[in-house]
Amino acid sequence: METTLEKPETAPDRAAAGHETKMECSEVNVFYGDFHAIRDATLNVHAREVLALMGPSGCGKTTFLRCLNRMNDAIENSRVTGRILLDGQDIYAPAIDPVHIRTRVGMVAQAPNPFPKSVYDNIAFGPRLHGFVKGRAEMDQLVEHSLRRAGLWDEVKDKLDERGTDLSGGQQQRLCIARAIANDPEVLLMDEPVSSLDPNAAAIIEDLITELSEDYSIVLITHSMEQTRRVADRTAFFYLGEIAEIGITQDVFDNPRDPRTVDFIRGAFG
Amino acid sequence: MTDRPENFTEWYTSERFNVGVRRRRTREGVLRGLGMVSILLAVTMLVTLFGSIFYQARTAFVQTQIGLEVALPAAEFDGGTQAGADAIKDVNFRGLVADALYASLGGRPDSRGARREMLALISADASFQLMERVIEEPSLIGQQSRFWLPASDDMHNIVQGVVDRDVTEDDRRTSDAQINWIERLEDQGMVRSAFAWDLLLRNDSRDPEVAGIFAGVVGSALMLTVTLVVSLPLGVAAAVYLEEFAPKNWFTRLIDVNIRNLAAVPSIVFGLLALAVFIRVFGMPRSSPLVGGLALSLLTLPTMIIAARAAIAAVPPSLRTAAMELGASKMQTVSKVVLPNALPGILTGTIISMAEALGETAPLLMIGMVAFVADAPSSFLDPAAPLPVQIYTWSTSPERAFAAKTAAAIIVLLLFLFLMNAAAIYLRDRVQKKW
Repeated sequence: METTLEKPETAPDRAAAGHETKMECSEVNVFYGDFHAIRDATLNVHAREVLALMGPSGCGKTTFLRCLNRMNDAIENSRVTGRILLDGQDIYAPAIDPVHIRTRVGMVAQAPNPFPKSVYDNIAFGPRLHGFVKGRAEMDQLVEHSLRRAGLWDEVKDKLDERGTDLSGGQQQRLCIARAIANDPEVLLMDEPVSSLDPNAAAIIEDLITELSEDYSIVLITHSMEQTRRVADRTAFFYLGEIAEIGITQDVFDNPRDPRTVDFIRGAFG
Repeated sequence: MTDRPENFTEWYTSERFNVGVRRRRTREGVLRGLGMVSILLAVTMLVTLFGSIFYQARTAFVQTQIGLEVALPAAEFDGGTQAGADAIKDVNFRGLVADALYASLGGRPDSRGARREMLALISADASFQLMERVIEEPSLIGQQSRFWLPASDDMHNIVQGVVDRDVTEDDRRTSDAQINWIERLEDQGMVRSAFAWDLLLRNDSRDPEVAGIFAGVVGSALMLTVTLVVSLPLGVAAAVYLEEFAPKNWFTRLIDVNIRNLAAVPSIVFGLLALAVFIRVFGMPRSSPLVGGLALSLLTLPTMIIAARAAIAAVPPSLRTAAMELGASKMQTVSKVVLPNALPGILTGTIISMAEALGETAPLLMIGMVAFVADAPSSFLDPAAPLPVQIYTWSTSPERAFAAKTAAAIIVLLLFLFLMNAAAIYLRDRVQKKW
């Protein structure tokens, strides 16, 4: 956050303009019991970029995403090997508390999952848990800031006491994004955040992703080529647990080098 | 399939198609009819049950009272009009009541037999009730005033028409002379029927006309308090552990199966267990609400655990994930997200198992809660006879008026159960709006 890097205008420009590394994954392997879900995945997440993960269903995108905030720990029989660094620090080191990692690496789920509490309490959940803020006034401020950041403030400022679950689907998803932002994370993981939304709501979230990438690194799983082209700086293709190809979005789409990527892109368009 | 006509219109108007449709409709009609018949049967039984209980109970909700002009001469009281409670208790109220009764029926009979027969019009408890009134209101001393005192159960049955006064004397417990007297009192306007507050506000008694369920209600309340305090935290803790923390292996599956089996164990077995463990081993006092409550806890725990587990499992997994992703630890996830959202379900389960415990009698018989208890228990260690046990003892009492009393006590018990179930349904409806 402290760098003075100029933010380039378009996605490819930005990717080409040099970068600093936020997360560094090398030779990550994930096993569920005997099942080898991820094989030797190596990739870096840059600061303030949108990295899209694409690939057929069941290829390990979500599994990989869940490695980045240690949510795989909650699954029985799962085992992660390899190294994942966040700002040079191994997040799987024994001394690291996974709970702490999850405040730095936030996540937005596929289907909106607000708590059946008020809009306000939804946002305040994380900060209250971690004791970030003192006093009601500071909390009010943080709630407003987070909702503004998620582009939801104008729509909900008069109904902060209403249940988050009573909002529309698109609003709920932005509420979940605001809730993640309230923890002041450094990386945001999004697992198909618009797949359950109508096209209008999806477009709003897409714009929001682009906007948020000014401050956060965003790793995004999506099935939409168009969406990837619009928002992603770089794209990684997963195939059966392996990273088939990774590169600047436009390059990967226009000149795919790996035959599996070629098939996937042709299949998606043809 | 293969011999279906080529043309669809032809097929849908063909005789074979129509036969199929008719057969299907007949079958649906028969099923619907069977369902309606069974519901009708159930409703009829329910109406019969409630109808007969209410019909039985009708005379228990009124108390037949006889109005007597009782003189309370100051000379009888030690200390006169300023007599204290202890002095008032020494006064022969039986005699005062008897004199008033003789006076209103044309003088004191000469034979002892006739006097005893006449006194049997009035409840044996009447003089105690008069004493209570005087202690409450000492200014009555030195005056003559009209008191409405309960009639005896036999007279109550005559006046309320439970026993037909036209049958021959050999076929009823009351003599012709007694009926004569009560009719004279009726003619004087000195017999009335009032709402039987004694039923609700007094304790158990050998005299059905003044027996009440207050001690039973207090006993049940104390017992259920113990049950709630023991089984709610234990049940919820067990459910949370099994649902959220326990590894899924053969051992936890064994525990799970056993909990389900325990829920089906006959309740009297839990009574035996309570007798052997709480009374024999730990030496807790018999017949006390403490032991009763613990016995009922054994009974309700499996139900509670099953209900709480279901409520916890019904909390959407996405909420757990959401909390974890926001950096909540497992414990914080459970306490801040899972439990608050499972609470209405847990409370519903709690209320239903408490209602189950309220109506339970068998295990209490095993731990000696079947005795006649004349005073309401004032602590968890006092002997108590809870409501269902009181119903049981009343139903086995020989006095005829107890039959109506039994039905009335059943109605009160049903009312409590109804209220508890209504609360459970209200909570369940609230949770359904949530997600």
